[in-house]
Amino acid sequence: MIYLQAAVALSVLGGVIAVLLQVAERFLADYGPCNVTVNDDEPFVVEGGCTVLDGLYRRKIFIPSACGGQATCGFCKVVIAEGGGPVLPTELPYLGEDELAAGVRLACQVKIKQDLTVRIRPEWLNVAEFKAVVAAAESLTHDTRGIVLELREPAAIEFTPGQYVQVLVPGMGEPTYRAYSISSTPGEPGKVSLIVRHIPGGLCSTYLHRVRVGDEVIFTGPYGDFVMDADPSVGLVCVAGGCGVAPILSIVRYLWESSPERRCRVFLGFRTEDDIVCADELRELSEAMAGLDVHVALSEAGPSSGRRGETGFVHECVAAHLEAGGGRQAFLCGPPPMIQATMTVLMEKGVEREKVFYDEF
Amino acid sequence: MIEQGSMGGLAVIFLAAILTNNILMSKFLGMCSFIAISRNMRTALGMGVAVTFVTFCTAVLNHGVYYGVLVPGAPLCAADLTYLMFLVFIMVIAGFVQLVEMVVERFMPVLYYNFGIFLPLITVNCAILGVNLLMIDPERRFGLPETAAYGLGSGLGWLMAICLMAGIRERLAHSDVPKPLQGLGITIIITGLMAMAFLGFGGVVDL
Repeated sequence: MIYLQAAVALSVLGGVIAVLLQVAERFLADYGPCNVTVNDDEPFVVEGGCTVLDGLYRRKIFIPSACGGQATCGFCKVVIAEGGGPVLPTELPYLGEDELAAGVRLACQVKIKQDLTVRIRPEWLNVAEFKAVVAAAESLTHDTRGIVLELREPAAIEFTPGQYVQVLVPGMGEPTYRAYSISSTPGEPGKVSLIVRHIPGGLCSTYLHRVRVGDEVIFTGPYGDFVMDADPSVGLVCVAGGCGVAPILSIVRYLWESSPERRCRVFLGFRTEDDIVCADELRELSEAMAGLDVHVALSEAGPSSGRRGETGFVHECVAAHLEAGGGRQAFLCGPPPMIQATMTVLMEKGVEREKVFYDEF
Repeated sequence: MIEQGSMGGLAVIFLAAILTNNILMSKFLGMCSFIAISRNMRTALGMGVAVTFVTFCTAVLNHGVYYGVLVPGAPLCAADLTYLMFLVFIMVIAGFVQLVEMVVERFMPVLYYNFGIFLPLITVNCAILGVNLLMIDPERRFGLPETAAYGLGSGLGWLMAICLMAGIRERLAHSDVPKPLQGLGITIIITGLMAMAFLGFGGVVDL
């Protein structure tokens, strides 16, 4: 009897509280429709309460965001001219003083609560959503997989070498994306190749390691601000760590099609011999292309691995082999410590700071 | 024994809750957020205000629930439900914190993100449940005004303690603390010293 009494009393009280909260939520969490203006275009209406990132996503405006709205990547910087509210503590680590003064905010943190004016990079308006199917998938190393996606809708993508796409992880409730560099060449606009290293527990890498030939994959792109100098007399220095080789591959494949004589020095860093990805293809190309040479550095190499690469970190390899001089473009892709170490070496070699582009992952 | 309903009695309860019976310094309730959020004055003040507000409101709300529903012969339910008070109190607190969270998110977004995880954690802040349970102490026989004074006083007492701690810790950041005591160690020692200092108020007012 006493249990029944307790159960009834608690459920009545719980019900009353739940109803009150529901009513409160209707009045408090409802921001109504808000007008959003992007880059001085016609304003459109978004139901308030969501983030700027999600709001623009619903209008098929795709802003890069590798962390899925967690404020950990800092990719989704936009200028909010009006209606953004105060800067939140979660954004501060990613915004410099000049950016704060210019009204730069993280689109994943600002909620649409009133009419809003946003300025985004104009090239992001060209970013589209692509439906593709897996045309081929092969194991490159023990933890890395090469995937070729054949575009279905739209059937072609226009990008420049060094750019990346964001793959949608299905079944996550909220749209969740992860960034992967394109390793194929713009000369084949109907396909996109990716190199995916499996990260234990990683959402997207686990998904991409499970997809089979014929499965549908959805991605948005292209993103990335690396623009190769069109003048073939400008030399290139490409440095990659691990599967950061993907955009370098795209650059070299593009050179092979467009200007095989162009000077391009490639430095690749891996941990051990077992981790080497795509170095053989690059070496083969280097034999056919007069301007290309490829160096491989192995940071945890055993004594027997002398044949496939030098021992040491990739920035040490750059320091040992790269000649000094300016007027060159450099493209770096790899983990942050590698980028920093290589940046220092490149500065010492006389490469101008503004000619170095990098992708950290 | 405090005279029911008199202004003097209310003032005694209010001051006692802040000083002599400070919920944090005399009972060591609400320690986790006290230590976690006392690194700088602004967030400490924000948290203190939030706790004060929630303590005051839930004390009044739960007073109503206790005497209106739970006690034997209460107007809304005659049966004796006092054995449910722990569950009921925490449910009311949780619901109320949810409501406060919605209001803060709507009208004070910076404060909302500053609180981060701590606003929902107020739900399980033992200082608040402690105040709610102490106010129904049968020996004290608090009426609604006394409960309100006690709730407000306890909240302000907690606010004062956390702000004092934040002030000390801001200065501590520039002092030379022995390595093994840095962080939590020195904080706990300071808390102990502060509790002893609060003992000095003993006898000023008494509940």
